[in-house]
Amino acid sequence: MVERTPFLNFFTHLILFAGFVFCIAPFVIVTIAASHNLKDVNDVPMSLLPGSDFWINIKTAWVTADLGPKLLNSFIVAGGTAIGKVIVSALTAFSIVYFRFPGRMLMFWLIFITLMLPLEVRIVPTYAVVANVLEPYQAIMDVTGLSWLIEKISGVQVSLSLGLLNSYSGLILPLVATATGTFLYRQFFLTVPDELTEAARMDGAGPLRFFIDILLPLSRNNMAALGTIMFLWAWNQYLWPLLITTDQSHAMAVTELKQLIPNVGGSPEWHIAMAGTLIVMLPPMILVVLMQRWFVRGLIATEK
Amino acid sequence: MASITIRGVRKNYGKTQVVHGVDLDFASGEFVVILGPSGCGKSTLLRMIAGLEEISDGTIAIDGTVVNQLEPRERGCAMVFQNYALYPHMSVAQNIGYSLKVAGVPAAERTQRIQAVARTLELEHLLDRKPMALSGGQRQRVAMGRAMIREPKVFLFDEPLSNLDAKLRVQMRSEIRKLHRRLNATSVFVTHDQVEAMTLADRLVVMNGGRVEQVGTPGEIYTRPASRFVATFVGAPAMNMLEGTVELDGLSLLGGSRRLAVPRAGLPVGTKVAMGVRPEAVRLVAPGTSGALDATVDLVEELGAGRVIYVDLDGSPFSVMTSEAIHPEPGSTVWLKFSADDMHFYASETGGRLDVFKASVPEPA
Ligand SMILES: Nc1ncnc2c1ncn2[C@@H]1O[C@H](COP(=O)(O)OP(=O)(O)O)[C@@H](O)[C@H]1O
Ligand SMILES: [Mg+2]
Repeated sequence: MVERTPFLNFFTHLILFAGFVFCIAPFVIVTIAASHNLKDVNDVPMSLLPGSDFWINIKTAWVTADLGPKLLNSFIVAGGTAIGKVIVSALTAFSIVYFRFPGRMLMFWLIFITLMLPLEVRIVPTYAVVANVLEPYQAIMDVTGLSWLIEKISGVQVSLSLGLLNSYSGLILPLVATATGTFLYRQFFLTVPDELTEAARMDGAGPLRFFIDILLPLSRNNMAALGTIMFLWAWNQYLWPLLITTDQSHAMAVTELKQLIPNVGGSPEWHIAMAGTLIVMLPPMILVVLMQRWFVRGLIATEK
Repeated sequence: MASITIRGVRKNYGKTQVVHGVDLDFASGEFVVILGPSGCGKSTLLRMIAGLEEISDGTIAIDGTVVNQLEPRERGCAMVFQNYALYPHMSVAQNIGYSLKVAGVPAAERTQRIQAVARTLELEHLLDRKPMALSGGQRQRVAMGRAMIREPKVFLFDEPLSNLDAKLRVQMRSEIRKLHRRLNATSVFVTHDQVEAMTLADRLVVMNGGRVEQVGTPGEIYTRPASRFVATFVGAPAMNMLEGTVELDGLSLLGGSRRLAVPRAGLPVGTKVAMGVRPEAVRLVAPGTSGALDATVDLVEELGAGRVIYVDLDGSPFSVMTSEAIHPEPGSTVWLKFSADDMHFYASETGGRLDVFKASVPEPA
């Protein structure tokens, strides 16, 4: 809409600005709180003029919560989730859109249904599976009597076990196994003109060639958008990492923030907590700023 | 170069059949145009030759080898699509060279062949551009280059000019013709535009409703349309058709208001027929000329070089094309005459051509 309406223009800008202030305010308050000392941060009301202890607080937070390794863990898990997600989604959407195999619609609906079962809903069974990935197979073998048979014949008692608790794979895989990305890709692939597929076939390109040479480059924007969203989502995961990382060496930054939150009866070091929050917020923010051009394009436009 | 043999080819989409048993033979090096109205199944037929569409029944052979089960890349066909179907993220050079890259041709040879094709099509200065930055005509040429570079046995074109403006269309038409003369590859060109069909074709295949109506040179199709459909579909303005009935002493036209003295030649009395005559075969003659028909002018359409006069002949629409400087007023009466050689007869029921009549000039009743 291109209209020349000065009043409306002013009004829309006013609304935008109000929204902007609304969004930025908590962030500003966190930053200011992070720059106070213990006394100032507990003043009521807290002074909105920045204090002078910003860098000291940042350093204290970093050391107290041991954020260095935790941030690295977060990077590995969020990055792994984003990359895994992009690859798995592109492949599944490719097979659903471009191949006519029996049970295709069934597959599609099975994937669709998982949209209604987010990780939080199926967290107990997921935990059980991650605790022993082979458990379902063991169960199948027990029920069918296969374990009994093997034991009778070979004398070996079958007991499959492969645990992923306290591991990066255990953190990443359940986060990758969701359907949202598949849908984003499916919608995009459906907009790719059939003639392009046919031209590639005439040029002699097999399915994999077509996927790599034509579809992937065309879906660069979608990849960037999906990768960004998934990185943020995985970075901000709380419940799942908390549940399966009992060992500090695999803890993620977001869950470790609770170390900085003052205990009841402890000294109210909110300035340190706020400083830690700032540190943990920073990487996703930088990512969004860097990716936003691609990100927006991938979500709204299909380049033709 | 390769011949194409099509035998009893049918296409079903689920329960509906859209191509009903087509038999055709294309000679090596021939330029064949498949002409037909939209939805008659010409693209479907072409895509079955290309291998993009499964053949429901019958066989297609290229150079004597049945290709029904072969993948497109194994058939040696190249195709130019209506919407060009260029890869948007690749440069012109990459678009043209993609098939060679897939085939594993070394980069040096690839570059050389891309250059050669680009020279032929005058695309050299555009090789680094993306398709987005090209005009319609340039995109069209890139699409042709992409087909040419593989030196295919068979070229397939699916309405490749229909997205271009009129002037560019004429230009591309002659370029395609020139290219064909040079490469001499068997070409199958699908179009619904009869001017395009007439000007390009060595041989013309007219299709309607999933069937082949007639195969022949453009001249044959124009002068001896094999069916009523072909008669009215080929030629612009369309051939005039007057309904009539076989009578004892000839043919009664327009519900008996006009008669033709023609021998019945064995047709039973009462057979319904249609008599056709092309607008350009009709002459305007002086009032009262013997054997002329009088008609009322409805509309005159100026074409510059000539004009089409639409008249009303006892309630039936009729058109006359003339290059004479005659501008009759709407509502006035004109006198029309045409020779027996220019008349075509078709059975009303089947639409098939009847050559049994030896017509003479119609007499006003
Ligand atoms: N994928 C399809 N599924 C069902 N019907 C189709 C399909 N493709 C084409 N048709 C039908 O087949 C007929 C012939 O189509 P087509 O060969 O594209 O016609 P055209 O002569 O205009 O190129 C049309 O009636 C069309 O509706
Ligand atoms: Mg078509």
